[in-house]
Amino acid sequence: MHQLNKLDTKMALLEVKDLKVRVEEREILHGLTLTVNEGEIHAIMGPNGSGKSTLSHVIAGKPGYEVTDGQILFKGEDLLEMAPEERAAKGVFLAFQYPVEIPGVATMTFLRTALNAQRKARGESEYSTPDFLKKVREVSKSLNIPQDMLKRGVNVGFSGGEKKRNEVLQMALFEPSLCILDEMDSGLDIDALRIAADGVNALHSPKRAMVVITHYQRLLNYIVPDIVHVMSKGRVVKSGGKELALELEASGYAQFEDAA
Amino acid sequence: MNVAVAKTGKGRAVSDLFTSAEGRLPGSPSVIAVRREAFETYERLGLPHRRIEEWKYTDLRALVGEVLPLAASPDAAALKRAADAVQANAIAGARKLVLVDGVFVPDLSDVKALASEAGFRTSRETLETDAGLLKTASNDAVIALNAAMATDGVVLSIADGAQLSAPIQIIHVAIAPSASAFTRSEVVVGKGARATIIESFVAAGAKAYQVSDAVIVTIGDNADVAYIRLMDDAPDAVNITSQFVTVGANTKLNIFNMTTGAAVSRLQGFITLAGEGSELGVNGVNLLQKTEHGDTTLVVDHAVPNCVSREIFRAVIDDRAHSVFQGRIIVRPDAQKTDGKMMIRALLLSDEAEADNKPELEIFADDVSCGHGATAGALDDNLLFYLKARGLPEKQAQALLIQAFVGEAIEQIADDGLREHVIGIAERWLERRQ
Repeated sequence: MHQLNKLDTKMALLEVKDLKVRVEEREILHGLTLTVNEGEIHAIMGPNGSGKSTLSHVIAGKPGYEVTDGQILFKGEDLLEMAPEERAAKGVFLAFQYPVEIPGVATMTFLRTALNAQRKARGESEYSTPDFLKKVREVSKSLNIPQDMLKRGVNVGFSGGEKKRNEVLQMALFEPSLCILDEMDSGLDIDALRIAADGVNALHSPKRAMVVITHYQRLLNYIVPDIVHVMSKGRVVKSGGKELALELEASGYAQFEDAA
Repeated sequence: MNVAVAKTGKGRAVSDLFTSAEGRLPGSPSVIAVRREAFETYERLGLPHRRIEEWKYTDLRALVGEVLPLAASPDAAALKRAADAVQANAIAGARKLVLVDGVFVPDLSDVKALASEAGFRTSRETLETDAGLLKTASNDAVIALNAAMATDGVVLSIADGAQLSAPIQIIHVAIAPSASAFTRSEVVVGKGARATIIESFVAAGAKAYQVSDAVIVTIGDNADVAYIRLMDDAPDAVNITSQFVTVGANTKLNIFNMTTGAAVSRLQGFITLAGEGSELGVNGVNLLQKTEHGDTTLVVDHAVPNCVSREIFRAVIDDRAHSVFQGRIIVRPDAQKTDGKMMIRALLLSDEAEADNKPELEIFADDVSCGHGATAGALDDNLLFYLKARGLPEKQAQALLIQAFVGEAIEQIADDGLREHVIGIAERWLERRQ
């Protein structure tokens, strides 16, 4: 009861309960439990192969994963019953580790189509082209994203940093309530990382939660988590405050691999 | 194919198809004799079938079976419906030349506006005295049948140096159900001329009809020409089109084809680069669904040195549709420094969709740069998931990727307005899928 009282001012946004997931007959997640409340920043850390990316993919609805047990609730609703596009419209946003290049699809067309598809799914009015352009300009200006980036095909010829900034731009535009950042630091130099992290920090709000998935502690120098989870072999094996990340940096993951 | 055979007075077998049409076919006795000879060629060969190499993937005996009788001349009610179809399919600003069920209709055409910029006659007028229009270099069965049965068409002549201020749009409208229309046209573009010609095929309520069209295009030196064909016949129609194109020296020619209709279609192009220093682009998009069969067969003949040819084709194949692309590049012994490339890509949207791509190079010169590529595949699941994760429903995500896929071919259309028009056709096709 004590726990409930503490939480009653915060709404649980994401509840992952005893989740078991298989990929091609091999179980990757062995009963994972995780609760993210609105406004919180969670970091999920763990060695390669611990199931971090699997978790993010299953939450976003990527095909190829078989959930054999457990459930995922988002704002109390069964997320696993929803198609990926419904999850997006409900407010789930996955910032991809490797955002894909889509030659021939102009970034502006993509952004407008996606935003209007989400709004339509929520029963909101769609943006007219001038209103949309105005909004994109505002948002990209606030994130210091050059207009030139928007004129190209989606991520085509973008550097690693530009691709991540494009993800942050989408996050700002779609205004999701849950952002999952999958290995946002991979492939980025320290300057690009700082720019992307600044974008994420600018978007953090009391209503919007962030789940930062990372292998390395260094990202957490820029995005400071409220709660750190350590994943190993398909489970969360330890949770704690931000100091847990520093502890990991010092002592490595080996102790937790034994624990799992 | 099965056609009833009737004996003529001279004891030669000529089927009902020809004898019943003969009274309506323009031509002096000498022209009719050429037609009769062409019909005999057709009868001897019959409809092309899979054992004929060029028609291996498009067996007309199996797909079409029978040539339908010639459509009657359109009546007033038919012309009223045709007028609506013309209006719906007219390209803004273009000068229209309208053929309804194979018959030129002056009232629906912009003959007067055209007169100041190009010479114009109907094929019917030309054929009364001159059989030249019926003769072509290649003469397979469908071309011979077209020569025998062509009722009308347009004969355009664009003078040396003429710079057309507006495109010319030839619109074929089908009105009569379960009938056939045969047209044959000629376009001559003079030296240094600049022109855009569009040929559109549309239906005005007609069903299960057959269209056979042949176009003979001759382009002089130093010209700049775009030739765009937009085929959107009824979903149960047949369209067989043959293009014969001869290109002079230092000329730019861009040919584009868009197929969005017809149960069975074949566009066969025979293009000869006959003058040095010319640049040829042959591009197209086939959007096929249900059980549609769409065939593009091209022969690009580099007869002289120093020409460039580029072929970019995209086929999108849904349901149980079947796309065929056959592209042959011939480089004659003298045609040194030829630069010829061909890229064919097929996108299969269902497990039952089928694509046959057959690129062929016949190179007889030794100092050339030629190449071809052909791919067939499905939409990339990673791209689809990315779009869905951003809120796009499956069909909308597919539509965006399909538009990008066909975009590279459509981009080859230089004129902004025409390119937008063609993009619009693709968008409407995609909307119908959703």
